[in-house]
Amino acid sequence: MSLASHYSYWVTIFLMIAGLYIVIARGNLVKKLIGLGIFQTSVYLLYIAPGKLIGGTAPIVAEGFRTYSNPLPHVLILTAIVVGVATLALGLAIVVRIREAYGTIEEDEILAQDRREEEQV
Amino acid sequence: MTPELAILGAVAIPAAGAVGVAACGRVPNLRETVTLVAAALLFLAVATLVSPVLAGARPSVRLFEIIPGLPIAFEVEPLGMLFALVASSLWIASSVYSIGYMRGNNEAHQTRFYVCFALSLAATMGIAFAGNLITLFLFYEALTLVTYPLVTHHGDDEARRGGRLYLGLLLGTSIVLLLPAVIATWSIAGTLDFTPGGILAGKVSEGGAALLLALYMFGIGKAALMPVHRWLPAAMVAPTPVSALLHAVAVVKAGAFAVVKVIVYVFGTTAFGPETFGWLPWVAGFTILAASVVALRADNLKRRLAYSTVSQLSYIVLAAALLAPLSIVGAALHIATHAFGKITLFFAAGAIYTASHKTEVSQLDGIGRRMPWTMGAFTIGALSIIGIPPAAGFFSKWFMFVGTVESGQYLALAVLALSTLLNAAYFLPIVHAAFFRGQDRRDDHGEAPWPAVVALVATAAATLALPFFADVPLELAGQVGGAPK
Amino acid sequence: MTLEHLPALQVVLPLISAPLIVLVRRRWFAWALAVLVSWISLAIAVTLFLEVGRTGVITYAIGNWPPPWGIEYRVDALNSFVLVLVSFTAAVVAPYARISIAAELPREQAYLLFAMFCLCLAGLLGITITGDMFNIFVFLEIASLSTYVMIALGQRRKALVAAYQYLIMGTIGATFYVIGIGLLYLMTGTLNIADLAGRLRDVGEIRPLLAAFAFITVGIGLKLALFPLHQWLPNAYAFAPSVVTAFLSATATKVSVYVLIRFYFTIFGTSILFAALPTDEVLLVLSIAGIVTASLVAVFQQDLKRMFAYSSVAQIGYITLGLSLANEAGLTGSIVHLLNHGVTKGAIFLLIGGIALRCGAVTFDRLRGIGRRMPLTAFGLVIGGLSLVGIPGTAGFITKWYLVLAAIERGYWWLVAVIVASSLIALGYVWRFVEAAYLSPPDERSVKQGEAPASMLGFAWVLVIACVYFGLDTSFSVGAAREAAVLLIGGAR
Repeated sequence: MSLASHYSYWVTIFLMIAGLYIVIARGNLVKKLIGLGIFQTSVYLLYIAPGKLIGGTAPIVAEGFRTYSNPLPHVLILTAIVVGVATLALGLAIVVRIREAYGTIEEDEILAQDRREEEQV
Repeated sequence: MTPELAILGAVAIPAAGAVGVAACGRVPNLRETVTLVAAALLFLAVATLVSPVLAGARPSVRLFEIIPGLPIAFEVEPLGMLFALVASSLWIASSVYSIGYMRGNNEAHQTRFYVCFALSLAATMGIAFAGNLITLFLFYEALTLVTYPLVTHHGDDEARRGGRLYLGLLLGTSIVLLLPAVIATWSIAGTLDFTPGGILAGKVSEGGAALLLALYMFGIGKAALMPVHRWLPAAMVAPTPVSALLHAVAVVKAGAFAVVKVIVYVFGTTAFGPETFGWLPWVAGFTILAASVVALRADNLKRRLAYSTVSQLSYIVLAAALLAPLSIVGAALHIATHAFGKITLFFAAGAIYTASHKTEVSQLDGIGRRMPWTMGAFTIGALSIIGIPPAAGFFSKWFMFVGTVESGQYLALAVLALSTLLNAAYFLPIVHAAFFRGQDRRDDHGEAPWPAVVALVATAAATLALPFFADVPLELAGQVGGAPK
Repeated sequence: MTLEHLPALQVVLPLISAPLIVLVRRRWFAWALAVLVSWISLAIAVTLFLEVGRTGVITYAIGNWPPPWGIEYRVDALNSFVLVLVSFTAAVVAPYARISIAAELPREQAYLLFAMFCLCLAGLLGITITGDMFNIFVFLEIASLSTYVMIALGQRRKALVAAYQYLIMGTIGATFYVIGIGLLYLMTGTLNIADLAGRLRDVGEIRPLLAAFAFITVGIGLKLALFPLHQWLPNAYAFAPSVVTAFLSATATKVSVYVLIRFYFTIFGTSILFAALPTDEVLLVLSIAGIVTASLVAVFQQDLKRMFAYSSVAQIGYITLGLSLANEAGLTGSIVHLLNHGVTKGAIFLLIGGIALRCGAVTFDRLRGIGRRMPLTAFGLVIGGLSLVGIPGTAGFITKWYLVLAAIERGYWWLVAVIVASSLIALGYVWRFVEAAYLSPPDERSVKQGEAPASMLGFAWVLVIACVYFGLDTSFSVGAAREAAVLLIGGAR
């Protein structure tokens, strides 16, 4: 067990932080969604990587094998992926509608338009 | 009518009256009749409770539990009986007066006025008959809320500002100070029932009790201890019948009543000593004198009366704080005598305004000739507040004086004496100017509308007559103080 | 036979009504089915509540797979109370929605809102009733996704931005939650809540648990608008359709609070919580910060919906405050406030929906003189406002009582001062409404409008009456809350 053998966790952390950074730092609405997707992907990795047990084989009952890898995380992540897809689809749909309503998908331009509208009222 | 039914009726009758008034809003004479009938019924219901209470019974009603272990409960004891009698009898008088005043001044929103008035009486009865602190608190807050539309009756900017100060101070003190005090009492004592001898004895240290007492005294903002008294002059933006209600019938009396009730039935008069109570006579004494001085310098008549009330309320607080049996009798009696005296004064002030549109003391030269009945009643009211026999105020002050001597509190005696002089100083000049100064030739008004005059003559007469029919109030007050008569 | 399947039906019935609505598409059918399914859900929730009161915890294995391998629905004193709250709110809001939605949404879209409403209801009920951590995540996302859609259906284009912002923040929150439960699963090997509580005691390495605890707190904190993670709430509440705001304000954040309570007290237990991490202090500070700043910001708002949205953030602060005190009184106060605030805010937002219908907008300048034109609406709002302040006779008072009692029992007198002082700030913004409604001359543009339609007013007043009722007769609310509190504190030892 060394730092290097935990490389999957390093990748996880990197993706997590990168994803969050993109969400916070980028003003383009679609890029935020991409960042969100990256963030969610890191979580998938967080679940699946520990699922592979050392010396474990594929989770299908067979003669002569005693240690099986854990299939449950895969199941959970399939669910999470579906949720992620639904979220992404919904997010993109809202972005399309925002584009129709505001003419832009840049966050600061949208906020500027809202502020101008408020001042006029 | 069984006592239990009378207790519930006391709260239900004014509430039902409010509904009736709202329903009859379109027919003014019918509407006024509903008010008068409700007031009369209320007085009858309250009166039926007098003899059982005098005989020593304490009729009570327990309703549902608002919080597990804390029911809404009513219990009639002598102090509450006295307060209820005063409030219900004065409702009749103020209703008659209001008819004269509101119609004479062509006030708008009269239906709303009478509805809120009736509801205030329902809340007042709830306070008077409260059997535990939570019931008292519930109706106390209800009273504040229900009198807000009355205070802001005129709806203009001035009314709004006055209303803000009124509500802000009263709700502020009750939420920030009184509520924690009640909850702390519940946590310490395990009960909130009013019990002779108090519920805190032995459960809290003297220092803790002093702090708790402070929370109560300043939390009961309606008792107008300085510095939480500012709502009272601010509420003078209301029409005069409302001021009369506030000062004599309901609001300040509820405050003073709550103060005495907390001192006698939550702390107990013997459980705690000078470390707990020692500071209170100082605060009360200061309020008495400071308010009298402000009254002296006020030219607006209602403002002068308002500060006079602040001062008189602290008489009650001072007397109760001395914990001597006779001074407690004096405090209880003063709730009644001050009510009659003050309401007469306010009725007179409102009558003066209705008839002549004069509001300042300096304008009142010679008015006694044009409005003899009004100013006569005013004089009687003033005599009562000063404490000159045979006006009713003399008797309550007598007990307070004797109480200070009995407990050796000579400083309190001095304060009472000094403030009596100040009372004379700010009332007698008005009387003198009204009757003995020459009047303004340009005036050509007469007396106020007749219902108003009837009402103020009635209360003035009651102020004079009270000492001769004093046995009931005296007996009740005596039972509170536990002193031999 | 149906009685034993009630826990499953609680979730399944709203769940299948959503696609049914989408298939049929007619607006009246959508509304009727939404009402029907809400009322049936209420009936089921009440039945479950009574059943739990009689027999204790009810467990139900989905698909007959025995826990801890299968997903288990587990109803105890705490979540049966929340089930009743959520379904009661839905049962009142759904009938109200007919006219409100007809006015605020284009005809073709109305059925979509009702479909999302049913999905959201299914999600919220699912979160509450399930006994499996990952299942909570699934239902959490079902509820959240449908919420995003409902908010996006608001009239103004700002609703889209609000929905998007909520989507981003909500998904981050949900993902944090998933990270947290992932760590828990890795340490213990189980997803079942009851099983987890037992296994956690035997775990050697405490650090992953602390990390999991932190992730779950932040994740759920985002969902329940814990300060400073509350940024999405004011916009979402202000721009969503009135019905949606009313429904969400009474349910969504409350269910998230339930999840937090479940994790804190049933799973983690006070030993890890308050010994290893300064949870109570952090939660206390954040709660106070939320209460004070949100109340202050509310005072300065021009839009009534936004004002009460900030008020909601403050009220949620009260709930988490009770949690941080962690004694029986505090927990009772928190749990009872789930109902009390739900009823109060639901009433307020339903009444505001009526104002939106009649006056076109809910800004203060349009509201002037509304006390005359819409007397019942205005008076109902006054009662709701008094409940937010905590005047006796209203539900909010009961909560304040228990919170102050909890603070006194802990000896935190300064906290007592904060709680009561914040009530005064609430009085400030409530009284702004009172003065605008009753003491201001009417606005010329809306002089001719009358009272809200009877059906809307009627259902809004059901909640107003509930607000007063639960301030006077607390046998149900405090009784259930106290039982839940005792269960949680006792089980956590």
